[in-house]
This record gives sequence, structure tokens and C-alpha cells, in this order.
Amino acid sequence: MALYSEKVMDHFRNPRNVGVIEDANGVGEVGNAKCGDIMKMYLKIEDDIIKDVKFETFGCGSAIASSSMATELIKGQPVSEAMKLTNKAVAEALDGLPDYKMHCSVLAEEAIRSALDDYRKRKGEG
Amino acid sequence: MQIYADNAATTRMSRTAIDAMIPYMEENYGNPSSLYTIGQRAKEALEQARADVAAVINADPREILFTSGGSEADNQALITAATLGKKQGKTHIISTAFEHHAILHTLEKLEKEGFDVTLLPVHENGIVDVQELEAALREDTCLVTIMTANNEIGTIQPIREIGAVCRAHGVLFHTDAVQAVGHLPIDVKADNIDMLSASAHKFHGPKGVGFLYARKGIRLTNLIEGGAQERGKRAGTENVPGIMAMAAALKEAAANMEKNAAHLTALRDRLIAGLSDIPHSALNGDAQRRLPGNVNFCFEGIEGESLLLLLDDKGISASSGSACTSGSLDPSHVLLAIGRVHDVAHGSLRLSLGEDATEEEVDYMIRSVGEVVGYLRSFSPVWRDLVAGKTPFIL
Ligand SMILES: Cc1ncc(COP(=O)(O)O)c(C=O)c1O
Ligand SMILES: [Zn+2]
Repeated sequence: MALYSEKVMDHFRNPRNVGVIEDANGVGEVGNAKCGDIMKMYLKIEDDIIKDVKFETFGCGSAIASSSMATELIKGQPVSEAMKLTNKAVAEALDGLPDYKMHCSVLAEEAIRSALDDYRKRKGEG
Repeated sequence: MQIYADNAATTRMSRTAIDAMIPYMEENYGNPSSLYTIGQRAKEALEQARADVAAVINADPREILFTSGGSEADNQALITAATLGKKQGKTHIISTAFEHHAILHTLEKLEKEGFDVTLLPVHENGIVDVQELEAALREDTCLVTIMTANNEIGTIQPIREIGAVCRAHGVLFHTDAVQAVGHLPIDVKADNIDMLSASAHKFHGPKGVGFLYARKGIRLTNLIEGGAQERGKRAGTENVPGIMAMAAALKEAAANMEKNAAHLTALRDRLIAGLSDIPHSALNGDAQRRLPGNVNFCFEGIEGESLLLLLDDKGISASSGSACTSGSLDPSHVLLAIGRVHDVAHGSLRLSLGEDATEEEVDYMIRSVGEVVGYLRSFSPVWRDLVAGKTPFIL
């Protein structure tokens, strides 16, 4: 059997929502180069709805696919729903990940959470 | 294009090797310990194979012990030296930081049993300094174990000089020559080697077969107890078909060694030159003193596993020392040992060429790696920060 599911390979080969949002109002970056996976999420939120989301990832196949799937799952969702995104939901939507690759999906959850925190902080301050 | 560029991981069996094993499965399948004809034919063949293997490294057939591969040979060599050392009250072992895990994990086990292990540095070029080795020797040193050629970066160690220093100090010298046997000339006598490990699947033989050379007079410690096979030093009915195939593969490799090395070295250098044109990349290990078919690079700003997956899509089978390919959080201990920091060690690529490789394939690999590295950098936040000057380039 292949290392990854068809779904993972699809999101890895054709990642959705890749790139940068220049006027993002929520940005989060998690991971570090030491452990080998880094994700950066850009959110454009209007009326508490995630209108647009983009990501950049340095990482393995699982990390890239997880970032891509996570952006798909929260796009168009209210912030309150996006806050509930879990790595399990990301992994399930990808038809599963090998056990030792689950940490890459955790990173996707954390990246979204971090970008949402940034949005809330900016809103609170502004 | 389909290119297998992971010959350091394993090789395709040669036709000669496959042909050599079939008669010992279909006709002479007898147990070499049995007295009837098909058993004795297997026994004779086994001893011929032992002589053939011995001849390639200038050993005596009685100095060759067949094993299940390189890992077993490494384990037995180290346990043997440790057992002999302990009897004399010598419990210090010298090795290097970039040995194969078959060595490093056995050393860890010995440390728990009270042995003191010194791991020599391998420097930026991936080569041990013989003077540093000599300085590290102690009164209670019982073993020096240093690989002939590294499996990841291919760097070749000054084995003959290391052996001479060990001989002069009366210390046993073992070398894990798994990556070298069949590819580089080895003469256990001229090279002052006391024990040597080899594995058939690295030179177009089958997996699960190898051998340990142990100089006459070295009393081996068994890892496997049982029957009296292998002079009582390794129990278990011999893997006759595998051993026959190994001997045939090794003879073939030895006969073509010079020709293969010349061909591979030219392709290797072409590949190194081509990949060096990718910005912010660097060759790992000495450019000259490395295995003829080994190329290992780091590319800044990308991660190795995604590089491998996309190269696989382009028909190229390669390997990487990134953490996410090893299942641990740390990248290759070999790359860390030559001083690569984590950030760039994750972005490594090993291409190990086979003897049938062509210039056309090398050029295709250069193009493909360039494309994939460029693509992965296009959405790498690490690369973005490097280009923006937020973090300094390392390579
Ligand atoms: C340097 C080195 N030592 C030992 C081994 C282990 O050999 P084997 O796979 O035959 O156990 C390998 C190959 O994996 C190797 O490259
Ligand atoms: Zn990962």
C-alpha cells in the first residue's frame, strides 16, 4: 500500500488555497524549522465570516495536505465554527494519516487557531 | 522516465545472481549438513561461495562467516570485540558519530553494560581524522569501529591508515563496509582490517544475506546458538540460494569494479555540477573522496519528504534525511554530524546511482530536482523569510 491515501496525495499534489493574502486581518505561523514543519495561515475575515484563507507550508506531504484540507474546511465558515476545527477532523477529511504523521495535522489545527487568535486580538485592539 | 536512484538503500538483483540461486532451490535443495548427494552438493557449493567471497577481499575462506546481512555482521563484530575486551579488562570503544544504526544502537547497548564509547567527529567533509583517532586511543581501548564508506553521504574513510594505527596499538579494528564491498577495492590484509561487515543487497545480490570477515585468531561470540553451522559460530541452516547469489554478485561486481567506478564517477560529478546550479544548495560530504555513485545535497527552504514525493511523481526514486521520512522529529544523524543545522538538514536529498545510469537520466534528474525545489520554495514560508532578508541564508 501507498504511504498516503488518494485524498492526501490529491491535496499534496494540488494544494488548495496556496499563497498569501496581502490585506489579511488574521495571520498565524506555527512550527519551527527544527522539527521540520512550518505553516503560515492568512485569513480575510468580514462580519465574522472567513471570506478567504491562504497558506504557505514548509513541510512533508502530510503537512502540505493537512494545511490544504484545513483551509478548505474553514473557508466560508463563521469564526466560531472555525475555532472548533480539530486535527482529527482534518485527518478524517483526508481519509486518514499514518500514526506518526498525525502531528502534522495538529500543526494545521494550531496554525488556524493562531491566525484566529491574531484576528481576535487585532479586533480587540482596533 | 523511470529512474531508480536509491542504490544505497538497496539494489536490483543482477541476472547473474538470480541465475546462481535457482539451482539451489530447484535441484540441489538439500540441507548442507546432510550426507546424501543433494545435501553434499549444496555443501560443496557453499564452500565454493565462501572461497569466492574471501578472494574478493583477500581473506582466507575460513575467515568468512555467512550472516543474515550487514546488521547481523555489525552486531556480531561488536559483541565479539566487547566480549574479548572485557576479559582483558578493556572496556573502551572508539567509533564515529555517523555510523549506521546497526553500529550505533549496539554501542548504546554496550554502554548500558558499562562500556565507555568515544564517538570521533567526522568534520564538515565527512571524514575521520586519523590523528584524532590516535589521540583518542587509550590503554583500555578494545575496539575501533569505523565504516569504510558512509551510507548517506558516501564519504570514504582512510581505512588503511586507521587500520595501521590500530595495529600499532594492538587494538582490534572493525569496519562496516556494507556500502563499499563490491564498489571499492578492499584488501583486508593490506588495509589492516580485523573484522569487516558486508551485505549482499548493496551489490546486486539478494536481501537478507551478508557476511562477516573475522581475521584468523579472533574468537567470535555467537549471536545465535544452535547447530554447528559456520564452524559453530552462527547456528541455523545456511541460506544456500542466497549465499550462492551473493557470491555470484560479488564476483561480478569485483570483475567490473574499475569500469563501473569510472562510469559512475563521471555521472556523479555531472550530477553534482548540475545540482550545484540550484541557488542556495550545497553538496554534503567531500566532493572527491566519496562513493562513485553517491550524491547528497541540501536545499535551503524546503523539506525532503515532499521533494521525494514529487520526484516519485516524475519517476525518480530517491531518499532524504528529513525527519518526516524517518518517523522521528530529528533529521539524519549523519547530516547533523557533519555540522548541518536542523533547518537545512530537513531539506536533504540523496541520489545514489546504479551502474546502468546514463547521462540522459542524470540530466533529467538535474532538471526535475530544479523544478521541484523551485515549486516547493514558491509556497514555503521559510523561503519567503530568507528571500525577504528576515532570516539569513545558511547555504
Ligand atoms: C553502512 C550500512 N551498514 C549496515 C547496513 C545494514 O545492512 P542490512 O540491511 O543487510 O542489515 C546498511 C544498509 O542498510 C548500511 O548501509
Ligand atoms: Zn510532517
